[in-house]
Amino acid sequence: MDKDILVSYIPLYKNALLLTLKIGWQGIGLSMIIGLAGAAVLHFKVKVIKNIVGIYVELFRNTPLLVQLFFIYFALPKIGVNISAEICGMLGIGLLGGAYMIETFRSGLETIPVMQSESALSLGLDKRQTFLYVILPQAFSAVVPGLTANIIFLLKETSVFSTISLMDLMFTAKDLIGMYAKTIECLFLLVVFYFIMILPVSIIGMIVERKTRYAEFGD
Amino acid sequence: MKELLKVKHLHKKFGENVVLNDIDLVVNKGEVVVVIGPSGCGKSTFLRCLNGLEKVQGGVVTVDGLPVEPDKKSIIKLRQKIGMVFQSYELFPHLSVIDNLILAPTKVQKRNKEEVIREAIELLEKVNLVEKKDFFARQLSGGQKQRVAIVRALLMHPDILLFDEVTAALDPEMVHEVLQTMLNLAKSGSTMIIVTHEMNFARAIADRILFFDKGEIVEQTDDVKAFFEKPKTKRAQRFLSTFSYS
Amino acid sequence: MQSLGIDVLLKGSNFSRLLQGLYVALEISFVSVTISILLGLIVGVLMTLKNPILCFILKIYLEVVRIIPQMVLLFVVYFGTTRVFGMDLLAETSAIIVFVFWGVAEMGDLVRGAIKSIPTIQFESAYALGMNKFQVYVYIILPQTLRRLIPLSINLITRMIKTTSLVVMVGIVEVLKVAQQIIEANRTTSPNAAFGVFGVVFIMYFLICWPISRLSIYLEKRWA
Repeated sequence: MDKDILVSYIPLYKNALLLTLKIGWQGIGLSMIIGLAGAAVLHFKVKVIKNIVGIYVELFRNTPLLVQLFFIYFALPKIGVNISAEICGMLGIGLLGGAYMIETFRSGLETIPVMQSESALSLGLDKRQTFLYVILPQAFSAVVPGLTANIIFLLKETSVFSTISLMDLMFTAKDLIGMYAKTIECLFLLVVFYFIMILPVSIIGMIVERKTRYAEFGD
Repeated sequence: MKELLKVKHLHKKFGENVVLNDIDLVVNKGEVVVVIGPSGCGKSTFLRCLNGLEKVQGGVVTVDGLPVEPDKKSIIKLRQKIGMVFQSYELFPHLSVIDNLILAPTKVQKRNKEEVIREAIELLEKVNLVEKKDFFARQLSGGQKQRVAIVRALLMHPDILLFDEVTAALDPEMVHEVLQTMLNLAKSGSTMIIVTHEMNFARAIADRILFFDKGEIVEQTDDVKAFFEKPKTKRAQRFLSTFSYS
Repeated sequence: MQSLGIDVLLKGSNFSRLLQGLYVALEISFVSVTISILLGLIVGVLMTLKNPILCFILKIYLEVVRIIPQMVLLFVVYFGTTRVFGMDLLAETSAIIVFVFWGVAEMGDLVRGAIKSIPTIQFESAYALGMNKFQVYVYIILPQTLRRLIPLSINLITRMIKTTSLVVMVGIVEVLKVAQQIIEANRTTSPNAAFGVFGVVFIMYFLICWPISRLSIYLEKRWA
């Protein structure tokens, strides 16, 4: 491996990392919003909307992100919906992730015993307050492992961004290999940069999981 | 005497299964009513109907003249008048003791936080738990958790308190501290409806006994002493005899 | 409004070509998932054996798989092996190697989880009957974990199928590639074909994965 080449490539990879992180985290933010809203809809069993949420979850959980992105990026413009590559990437991660987040949040809410909400209700809290102050904070700790897994999964999924011409890590690596044929160096940096991107999430997830485990202990 | 809680022709079914059949009851202010009966007789369901946790198929429950209707908005106001303590305590595990206590008074009744905290501490002192105020539920014993749950209900200043087998999940040595707390409440004039399996406690605390069996009130009496010595109905006799080994 | 490409699929052999592309993807998934499940069973058992060196190695293996995207692994294997070993791996072979590498880790973790959910007393009572480690696993533990594992492995199949869509990136002519070719070939006559063709690909993947994941959920509930 040529050290000078590695060093000279680093800035290119750094830019790619920043772009991936930016779009990836925007998408993850969107996915969490969708996830929370969807889980609340399922939790409160809102008529009709709950069915729509169900269909959405099934559609996006049972198709590959690559196909979803192709559809959003190449097919939608044909019916007049034009979306930039960046927005498309964010939407793709957001919609795919949303389907997973809904499932994660919903199963987190299910882990809270019915008696907990009954006890909140008998204290005079209304449904919204019960959800907000009693159910949600407890569900959070149950959700952390799934949430971390989802975030890591989504960050990994960003590796298909290059297919819609976003200059992410994969794109950069492929580009550099194509131009200068320094395959080993390029692939090495590719792996290293994915570690830089995802390892912290994995570690933070473990720490948060440990810190919020109060709800799991018996009472 | 002021009538506080009124139940008229209450019917409750789970599917085809009749759980409560035509229950009538009037509870006056300051009265302590103890409900006893074999497991599955409907006594816990009865309590849950009183604060609208269960939908009923017939009859009305009124508290202070206001009807208890589970699906109406008014239920929120009503539940503030009715405190309930559960067998499984149901402290909120993500909140400390003090935060458990002040949640409903500050969020529901929008009372001043400092005042509520002051009152909470006073009440915790009465049940000897003031040093546990920053602990989480998992750090407390069962008896301590149950006393916190009672204080949590009291802080809402309810007109009436419901106790659903609150000592059933406790180790024997912790039962005493919880029952003592309840006896003190009774002495201070609280209106209470208590479902319990502790017969000696029932005898000590009750102004009135309700004996439930198969979803009906079989025997109801103010003469508590006489009931435990010689109940009038066969069913109550049989039930009470299961508690003696002679 | 111009046609949205469904007609393009009905032209000539276009639709059957698309199906053939899908078949290529499915073939790679099934080969990979079969090997993954078999090897995963072994790796999962190894992870519960409490051998410190083995545990450490497997933990690193799992963490690498957890963090590196399958796409990156695919690139590393496909482009990297050529350079390092001078081997020219077929794209299909690289894909299967990568998906097995990933799938074994996933399956191994599922197996480990399932075994760990068996109460210790089950091991102890089997040892108390004089069985050795091998017998304990074969006769007592694995049969009990199998029920839990079947729905989870079925779920792994759908994930494998979805992941296989990545092979288009190393030049394998699978369904997405065929779709692109069809769109390209009809660019002048049917400029909007992308909508219909990619839409159909989307639905195809859904129609394959959805029943499998329903089956997995059904079994999980039934055998819970």
